[in-house]
Amino acid sequence: MVTLRMRVNGTTRSLDIEPWVSLLDALREQLDLTGTKKGCDQGACGACTVLADGERINSCLALAVQYEDRDITTIEGITHPIQQAFIEHDGFQCGYCTSGQICSAIGMLAEHGAGMPSAVTEPGATGLSEAEIRERMSGNLCRCGAYNGIVDAIKEVAR
Amino acid sequence: MTTTETQSPPRERAVGQGIDRVDGPEKTTGKARFAAEFPYPDLAYAALVHATVARGRITGIDAKAAEAVTGVLSVITHLNAPVLKPAPARSMLDLSTMVSATSVNYLNTDEVHWDGQPVAVVVAESLEAARRGAALVEVTYQEFPAAVDFAAEEANAKPQKNSLLGAGSAKKGDAEAALAAAPVSVDLRFTTPPHNHNAIEPHATTAIWDGDRLTVHEGSQAIAWMRKHLALRFGIPERNVRMTSPYVGGGFGGKGLIWPGTILTALAARATGRPVRMMLTREGVYRTVGGRTPSIQRVALGAGQDGRLTALIHTSVTRSGKVGGGPEQVTGAAGHLYDAENILLQQNLVEMDLIPNTFMRAPGEAIGTFALEAAVDELAGELGVDPIELRMRNEPARNPLDGKRFAHRMLREAYALGAERFGWAERTPEPGSMRDGRWLVGMGVATAYHPSVQFTANVTARLSADGTVVVRCGFQEMGMGGATAQAQIAADELGVPYEAVRVEYGDTDLPTGPMAGGSAQTASIAASLLAACAKLKGEVLGLARRSGDSPLRGQRLAGVEARDGGLYRLDRPDSGESYEAILSRAGRPYVEAAIGAESGLGAVAGQVRFMAKFLSDQRRWVKAACGAQFCEVRVDQDTGEVRVSRWLGVFDVGRVINAKTAASQLRGGIVMGIGMALSEETLVDPRNGRVMNPGLGDYHVPVHADIPPIDIHYLDEPDPTMPLGLLGIGEVSITGVAGAIASAVHHATGKRVRDLPITLDKLL
Ligand code: FES
Ligand code: FES
Repeated sequence: MVTLRMRVNGTTRSLDIEPWVSLLDALREQLDLTGTKKGCDQGACGACTVLADGERINSCLALAVQYEDRDITTIEGITHPIQQAFIEHDGFQCGYCTSGQICSAIGMLAEHGAGMPSAVTEPGATGLSEAEIRERMSGNLCRCGAYNGIVDAIKEVAR
Repeated sequence: MTTTETQSPPRERAVGQGIDRVDGPEKTTGKARFAAEFPYPDLAYAALVHATVARGRITGIDAKAAEAVTGVLSVITHLNAPVLKPAPARSMLDLSTMVSATSVNYLNTDEVHWDGQPVAVVVAESLEAARRGAALVEVTYQEFPAAVDFAAEEANAKPQKNSLLGAGSAKKGDAEAALAAAPVSVDLRFTTPPHNHNAIEPHATTAIWDGDRLTVHEGSQAIAWMRKHLALRFGIPERNVRMTSPYVGGGFGGKGLIWPGTILTALAARATGRPVRMMLTREGVYRTVGGRTPSIQRVALGAGQDGRLTALIHTSVTRSGKVGGGPEQVTGAAGHLYDAENILLQQNLVEMDLIPNTFMRAPGEAIGTFALEAAVDELAGELGVDPIELRMRNEPARNPLDGKRFAHRMLREAYALGAERFGWAERTPEPGSMRDGRWLVGMGVATAYHPSVQFTANVTARLSADGTVVVRCGFQEMGMGGATAQAQIAADELGVPYEAVRVEYGDTDLPTGPMAGGSAQTASIAASLLAACAKLKGEVLGLARRSGDSPLRGQRLAGVEARDGGLYRLDRPDSGESYEAILSRAGRPYVEAAIGAESGLGAVAGQVRFMAKFLSDQRRWVKAACGAQFCEVRVDQDTGEVRVSRWLGVFDVGRVINAKTAASQLRGGIVMGIGMALSEETLVDPRNGRVMNPGLGDYHVPVHADIPPIDIHYLDEPDPTMPLGLLGIGEVSITGVAGAIASAVHHATGKRVRDLPITLDKLL
């Protein structure tokens, strides 16, 4: 067992935890922050996306102990216009991928704002086109196929 | 006639409007709790051990290493498991028996029937300990020969018999002779691989025993049937089991039957006396939940030079498991779509030592319409006729097989509108003739088709004096927007704003709802909800009539209308009363109406009524949702990479209840169809029957980058035979998708790919 401290959604939390516990399981099973979802536990679906110091990560691929003293934001700690945009553009059906999509979108917008290019960025281009959004969000699967609504919601808040 | 969700005009009625989902706030803030998210003190975790042979007997289990793991509470195997009663035989007289996914009595037998079958459950204090323990359980087997190679089993397939619920074959005239004599013909073989649902929420169960009472939180498409099944297996009365399923993280058919994980979580909880949670690993979902059958199909079409079909042959081979599964209606659509003089349909089935198949979005039709529609496109090519024109020349006025009436059919209108909106006229027919730089551009069309059915649904509705309404029905919500749609319906029927309606669902403590399957849930509930609302209005009117000074005195139900939170006379619109006035005068806090009986003779009568209606509907007419799919693909001239660049679908789904959620659901089917066409394939090792790609990294579902904007239109024409005129929309939009893409790829490249998925290696 390791004791570690982590700021989660602005509150400092102390955890007694085995070193092999993933950040995702620590959030869900120990802190009862079940808004972060598990879809594959192997980095392939993005349902577990959270923000670590503002950067989006797959929490299933992260060990909780790596995040000692870091700032973790989960869906429960997010108040952002994109949530309403998701509702208005129907950017979900079952809602299971939604927490991850929202966290990922917020992280993605910050990455884009900081000038990080993607695989489809043309040299010199700065805008966030639909193709850019789709490329940058491709780590977040939605089996309900709400992709159009998600892209529309992101477009709206990116404006 | 046509609207898209963005253009619907503001209307007084809630039905038809694109109202936001009622559960939007929960789902966008992380508050919605799914099956694995119910906290219990003292919760234990379970993990499965999977068989590594396809058929055999367990000869030994060594659990010592697993038991030695810190935190492991118990390793449950067939040597020490509590007794489980066998699954009931499937019977049409009790539809709940259909929920049994397999006949295997898990951990109560040493027999292994498929590679992946659970042979042990490890229960531990933590998730990590359970999984570590499961990895350490050593099982030895005596292995038996097994039939696991689908391609090799083709010859062993047997013709499917006709049953009450589905035709295995159908025939009109002599199609083989007509084919041989036809001046123009195609005779083609298609194959489709197995598919897995891959709902993003893996199957999860939380089970809690209290004496001989069992509570189960489950992501389920059929809570009532699963409840009954669990009661039977554990030998307790049905009323002792409660299943809740407030949110389901995607189902697509995969959560419609009861698979071993659910049963074994309850068994683990019983064995250890602890509340137990088990979420399957993604791999565990592939190993213990069935998917879509692979298929081998023949479509042969014969036509005169005028393009009129003289022969239509569609045959299929699919597989089921020896311990469960069954046929899928692969050739179903072929019996309804084209006015051929001679028709032959035959489905064949081979039973194999693999996990049984199960329904996955439009079972049968999704893959059947791929072959049928791609073949129609090939015939159009042979004839030199536009593929839409060919379809219109063969559009039947009545059901081609037997001359039954269509309850509703607007395929011509769908194609006309689609062609106009999509810009079909710009397509130059010659394959390879449309280029955009390095991209070869192609356009394709296909017909979508899915039959409509209805189940029974018990519903109660309560109207309170303050004008609020509570609708209660134990249905399942996996993203269709059921609660929102039913609130809209109740609001219009009772003349209250939809915000005043609360819909309770997803709990077996509620009146028994229909299962979420067959695209039937919304219509099934709507039928009962309409009846409940009529009863409510009747009762309210009765209260008003009994009062000497009500303006509704002496009125009949037919003479009043529900609006503005009350009942008003049709002949004198300003004359009426609010519900509040009527109920408070009568001293009633609320009135309530119930439709359907929960038990006893009434419940049996309900089942009988369902079967009677099902059969009489089948006799009288053919009922289906249909549509026209239009797509544009771009194929890289050097790499063969296929991108879908445009999509437009026009659907004839009867009346649309919620323009926003309906469009989303239709889009979702198209997205899954694009995956089926271009990337999805479950690989089964032909030597040992093991799924080789049990994960989202190796089984490729469409991602954001694969999906262009999908333009959805619908013909908002009510079906006269369905409640409110609505047809189910859950499945129709996946049908035809792969056919349209295969045709577009041919148009772009000149290559016909008849084996899904259309991966780039097949185009080089
Ligand atoms: S659960 Fe982490 S990526 Fe799927
Ligand atoms: S909303 Fe269901 S997986 Fe995205």
